[in-house]
This record gives sequence, structure tokens and C-alpha cells, in this order.
Amino acid sequence: MTDQAYNFAYLDEDTKRMIRRAILKGLAVPGYQVPFASREMPMPYGWGTGGVQVTAATLRPDDVLKVLDQGADDTTNAVSIRKFFQRTASVATTESTGGATVIQTRHRIPETPLTEDQILVYQVPIPEPMRFLEPRETETRRIHALADYGLMQVRLYEDIARHGEIATSYAYPVEVAGRYVMDPSPIPKFDNPKMSDCPAIQLFGAGREQRIYAVPPYTQVVSLDFDDHPFVASKAEHECAICGSGDSYLDEVITDDAGGRMFVCSDTDYCARRAEGGAA
Amino acid sequence: MNELSGGFADPAIESAIAFRAILKVTARPGRVETLTGHSGPAPISSAAAAVLLVLVDRTTPLHLAGDHDNPALRQWIAFHCGAPVVAAEEAVFALGSWAALTPLDRFAIGTPEYPDRAATLIVDGHDFDAKPAELRGPGIKGKAKLALPERKAFIANRARFPLGWDTFFCGGDRLAALPRSTEVR
Ligand SMILES: [Zn+2]
Repeated sequence: MTDQAYNFAYLDEDTKRMIRRAILKGLAVPGYQVPFASREMPMPYGWGTGGVQVTAATLRPDDVLKVLDQGADDTTNAVSIRKFFQRTASVATTESTGGATVIQTRHRIPETPLTEDQILVYQVPIPEPMRFLEPRETETRRIHALADYGLMQVRLYEDIARHGEIATSYAYPVEVAGRYVMDPSPIPKFDNPKMSDCPAIQLFGAGREQRIYAVPPYTQVVSLDFDDHPFVASKAEHECAICGSGDSYLDEVITDDAGGRMFVCSDTDYCARRAEGGAA
Repeated sequence: MNELSGGFADPAIESAIAFRAILKVTARPGRVETLTGHSGPAPISSAAAAVLLVLVDRTTPLHLAGDHDNPALRQWIAFHCGAPVVAAEEAVFALGSWAALTPLDRFAIGTPEYPDRAATLIVDGHDFDAKPAELRGPGIKGKAKLALPERKAFIANRARFPLGWDTFFCGGDRLAALPRSTEVR
């Protein structure tokens, strides 16, 4: 049942038009952060209001929505966003990656490969990859305008000098379609290669920072690295204790008071499917 | 049917459905989608009418070129979109035949700091059966094909990426797009 007090998908039509125009300009200039006038949403900023607004402007009534939060569908954040769209847009929802047409995500890209019929919407807290190196907005605009990304290279190289490798393991910067350096949102760098040449449309929404950006399907997304220190999509060197997967991203979980621990898939839908049906 | 008919009966739902077709063609240059059920006064196509209804409003100045600049269509746009009709240089959107939209150097191509501040051209009356050009770039697996009114203008537009205008092609109920990122051969 749609709550009739709201317009379809909560946002008014003027706002959706503005967000839709920003999404299209984002697709036309892959990786460039398009400013938009973020609206107040009935949830706090930390809950992915940017992603929620992009999803609201994207949904059709016949969509099947999945909301993924750090690999799981049952966190408070995922459940509340899913309920929000059930209530305001009457869309069907699912926990299955393969069964979804729109997937809103925080902190992960699903393990199950995405298809041409899917849209992946990322919740982004800080869209500017240079923000911690250069706090001034006028300066980061100039950097992107000139593709003058030396500062980022210096930061990554300082990592190598200090740690012997690039220590950045989340929100690892990428170059999109050979032009813009982009923050992939705080996904583990293990997920970065999934962004490249992906058949699905990838949209990014940052609510507090009021930015929308996009990666069209089949677009080259390259993690920044150096010839002598190539990028490695690393993960824990274990197999999943539940499904046995040797190539999915793992979380380390504490199993008892005695300090027992095990590694399990972060993507719970992927893991459950493998555990049920043998190898997925 | 009166002169102002042809808008959305259920704006929120119909614009959501039409936007997904617009999103798909923008994300996948070369793809052709159909947009049915929308209409405006001649000579606007139903696909172009849908693009206006989904994307254009009083915050987006619109340029009408050639035969598309007529009283009936102006009135329809004023009623359904509310967009101010402006000169090419000030336009966020521009609607007309390819011939009427030229010369193209009148349209905004964005700035190095804000490449999004570029015009979107809505080329109406497009001949989807014209000789196809080969497309490559973001959104395209390998290569794609799309009928274009010419190739030179798009090659020049791609050469100044990330600046440049973006294009929709409309003819009847058919819609395709060529964002500035697409390489035309
Ligand atoms: Zn597992």
C-alpha cells in the first residue's frame, strides 16, 4: 500500500526532475560530481539520504528493490530504507542480488555479478576524493578541471614510503574513463575491480555534500597505483567458514568469549545461496 | 483533444517510467527506446514531448528552433513545463530539427569547473533509418551503431570533453541519446 500522503517515492516532481537532470549530466561526464540541491529526508544524513534521493528519482513502480548495508540486508539502516520505499513507492523488495532491478548499497558491491538490467545506487558520505588532502572546494574544483591529480599520487606514494604498500583499504580512489578521479564510496578496495566494465548503471548520491555522480555501463574504472606498486584487490587469506568461498570478501567474526574467530562472507545473500545450493 | 492535452495523466508514475527510458538511452548510447502516450502540438514528436515533460521546468530555460517555435507549442510548454523560452546562448535545453539547431556553437558547453552547465539538445524529427555511425565509449560494450544527422559536429564535440553539449534524438515515439563522452567514427 502506498501511503497517499506522499507523492510517488516521497519526493515532489520538481525535486525529482532536478535530481534526474543531475543523474543524466553525471552519466554524460563519468566520474564528475554534479552539484544538486539535496532535500531534507525523513532520516538522518548518516543514513544515506543522497542514495535515497537518487533511488527515489530512479524507481519505477514495477521495480524490485534490494538494500545492501555492509553486505547484509537486515541491518537497521537497510531495513528502514527498504520500508521507506515499500511505503512511499509500493515497490517490491528482495534480498536476492539476482532478483533486484535497483540495488541501493552502503560499503559493498554484491559478489554476484550485476547485469544490464540493474542499477546500483551507492550511498556516499564524502564524494570528494581530494577532500582530506585539500579542504578548499575552489581548489578541488580546479584540480578536477585541470585533471591535476599529482597531490593524490603523492599521498598514495607516502603510504608506500611509510607502510611499504598503499595502506588505503577503503574508499580507494579510482580514475573513471581516463579522466576524473572519483571516490568509489567507502567500499573495500577488494570491490574496486567490480566497478570497471560493469554491465549495470552505477549511480552515486551524497546527501549532506549535495553531489551526484555516475559510471555508465562498460566504463573503465582504474584504481590508482604505481608501476612498482600495482593495485591489489586484497582480502583476508581464508575461505568462508559457512559456504567455503575462496574468492568473496570476508568479515572476521568473534565466535566465543575465549577469543575464537572465523571468517565468513560479508555478502550474506551470496553466502546463503552458496550454502544452500552447494557451489553458486 | 484540445491544444493543451498530451501531458501526463499521472505525472509521478508516468514521469518515473519515461525517465527510465531516458536514463537507459543516456547510459547506453546507441540504444533506441520507445516512449508512447505523450503528445504535443506539431511538429513535436511524442518522444520529444515526453523528454520535455520529464526534464524541463521553470528552472530550465528552453530554446525553440525553427518550426518548433510556434504559438501552439509555446503555449503547450508554458502550460506543462513552465520553462522560459530563451535564445540559444542561454538555453539549458534546446528543441528543434537538426538543421534548425545549427549553428551549434551558440549552445553552452559548460565550464572546466562546472562541465554540467552545458546545454542538452533535443533533436526532433530524427531519421533513425539514416546511415548509422559507429559509436564507442562509456556505456558501450565494444561498439554500437546509431543513425546520426552528421558525424563532424559530434567528433568536434567529443574532442573538447569534458566540455560539450549532450544530445537526445527523437522521432515519432523513438528516443536515443549521444552524450558528449561518446566517440563517433
Ligand atoms: Zn560464505
